[in-house]
Amino acid sequence: MFDIVLFVVFPYVAVTVAIISGISRYRQNRFSYSSLSSQFLENRTLFWGSVPWHYGVITLLTAHLLPLLFPSLWGDLLSDRIRLYVLEVTGLGLALMTVVGMTLLIVRRLRSPRVLAVTSTADWLLLITLLTQVAIGFWIALVYRWGSGWYLHTSVPWMISLLVFQPEIQYVTALPWLVQFHLLAGFFLVLLFPFTRLVHVFTYPFTYLWRPIQVVIWNRRPPQKQRP
Amino acid sequence: MDIRAQVSMVFHLDKCIGCHTCSIACKNIWTDRKGAEYMWWNNVETKPGTGYPTAWEDQDKYKGGWEQQNGKGSDIRLKLHSRLGGLGNIFFNPYLPTVDDYYEPWTYDYDHLFSAPEGDDQPTARAISLITGKPMEIEAGPNWDDDYGGSPVYAENDPNLGALTEEEREQLTEMERVVFFYLPRICNHCLNPGCVGACPAGAVYKRGEDGIVLLSQEKCRAWRMCVSGCPYKKTYFNWSTGKSEKCILCYPRLESGQAPACFHSCVGRIRYLGVLLYDADRLKEAASAPAEQLVHEHRSLIQNPHHPLVIEAAKANGISEAMIQAAQHSPVYKFVKQWKLALPLHAEFRTLPMLFYVPPMLPVLAKIKDGVYDNADAASAQLGPLLSSLEQARMPIRYMASLFSAGNVDVVEDSYRKMIAVRIYMRAKMVGDVSEEEVQQALQAGGTTAEEVEAIVHLTARPTFEERFVVPPLAREVAIEQTLDPFTQKREGGFGFRRAPARGA
Repeated sequence: MFDIVLFVVFPYVAVTVAIISGISRYRQNRFSYSSLSSQFLENRTLFWGSVPWHYGVITLLTAHLLPLLFPSLWGDLLSDRIRLYVLEVTGLGLALMTVVGMTLLIVRRLRSPRVLAVTSTADWLLLITLLTQVAIGFWIALVYRWGSGWYLHTSVPWMISLLVFQPEIQYVTALPWLVQFHLLAGFFLVLLFPFTRLVHVFTYPFTYLWRPIQVVIWNRRPPQKQRP
Repeated sequence: MDIRAQVSMVFHLDKCIGCHTCSIACKNIWTDRKGAEYMWWNNVETKPGTGYPTAWEDQDKYKGGWEQQNGKGSDIRLKLHSRLGGLGNIFFNPYLPTVDDYYEPWTYDYDHLFSAPEGDDQPTARAISLITGKPMEIEAGPNWDDDYGGSPVYAENDPNLGALTEEEREQLTEMERVVFFYLPRICNHCLNPGCVGACPAGAVYKRGEDGIVLLSQEKCRAWRMCVSGCPYKKTYFNWSTGKSEKCILCYPRLESGQAPACFHSCVGRIRYLGVLLYDADRLKEAASAPAEQLVHEHRSLIQNPHHPLVIEAAKANGISEAMIQAAQHSPVYKFVKQWKLALPLHAEFRTLPMLFYVPPMLPVLAKIKDGVYDNADAASAQLGPLLSSLEQARMPIRYMASLFSAGNVDVVEDSYRKMIAVRIYMRAKMVGDVSEEEVQQALQAGGTTAEEVEAIVHLTARPTFEERFVVPPLAREVAIEQTLDPFTQKREGGFGFRRAPARGA
């Protein structure tokens, strides 16, 4: 019963709250959507924290997402031993990068009085959760080897079962508690998304790649006459 | 021809007394808020000097504005980043000025003056940081090197001094020749703004009707590229709300027919505001011109508002009759295009700034000789006492060229020669100690006529309020009427935020 609460109810609640609150925050208080950068107040440590953190975590998230979208392709990819080795080592390296990056970011917030002044409780909750999550991820990669392989046959089918509204928790209930914690912390982060600065993830400005370089907005001209 | 209207500005530097009234007027209206304390949308700098933020003109450091691409003809690109590079640098912007490049804002612990326990010493009010709320050492301020701040240490780091010879630079710091002038700066509301080009979120935009560059607080996501992209450092990052902000040219005042606060409050009456009509089809061409051609190309964008073809094209583009009339009476058009006196600041940044400066004449050349105020040098140049000679200008002309004409000395000299002609003409008229021959000579050298000089004198020295500020009828009530039922807004009221601009979680 408790497993159902953890692995069925909680993920659904987290995702539902995230979507509804995220959209309603965007519609009602768009001003609050910001990455809340603190680079203006502290520059040096930020580089060593922010760059490895963001690039590390983006790559890792993609690697978590790809097997979910293309399970068989991912399986083929891992069928070769060399490729599996490379993937595992890369993953471990990236995980280390994120752990170091996030630790630096947290230390930076504590050590710089200026940055501390703009740090909220929500920020702390988010930072601590993120550090815990990547640290556990790193530990799992180190201790329970070949995760890139067994992830495909445990967590992936569980998440797919949630996606198609036919929850099957037996895929994950037998996993070590550390792995289970990692899964739940992942959905906790989803829950945190609309209430923290994490919302900036969904405003990443891809459109910059193709929008006209100059932006002109007319109050009155009909749209077809707009020439930036 | 794609004619558009632009609210443009002229600052007459010869009239600026460096009183900072403009800065205070702006601060009191717009930036006396948490997170904006350090911002001076309008600031006044002493030149030579490093300015605010420190060394803002050094684009090797800040990467603002546009540059010509190597080997790709005359195409220009942002100096800051390519589109992909911009997205890659989003987690850490390598060229962002930090609060230390401006100054850490502070207040004083005034309360201590009243609440301090009785003692032998006078109680003091310590400086308190407005960011951390803790006591701090003041190491810089918004005008730290105002009037040289007592030493030429700051002035020596002025990036424009690179254009001078060693000898010229030494002269500048010579005690008897020390010279400086003031450079008031606001957002230039450029035609090719670097901030707009650099913003990944597309939050910064140019208003089509009047060309005012604005920054949508709803769309800004604190990627902070606009701060780097603007070579004039006139977009600022609000560290509290996590949004960038900039000068809005007091558009709520403009829309109700008033001059912007800094213009209105200017004690020296150095500021002029008016509409220019320009050809948007040629923007890219003008911004990509070779450096020595930039001022010329910039001027050539500006169209004659009296020309029938221009009027026709303007009307075809939806520019109202009233706006065209405002352009025809624009003092800016006279200073910039007709008289060619006013020049853009740092044209080499290629943003096509629409704030123009009449370069300062600077004081008369003279020195103390044997304890006597001696201006014999000026007399020997046959310019009579009290009149500057360009050849003996106290501020090297190349310094002015570095500021106002992308290094093209001829452009600045033309402007100066006309102003010298104005001085000599008026001297002859008012005092009568200059011969008619000399006057004619000066008029010829300045490429001007007595009639034009009279007009320049009038607009420079004796303009009325309405002549200085030809505020166009922006007719926002009409612009909005088509998109919004005014009654839906009836009870919401007021401009600005409908909720306090609080920092998001």
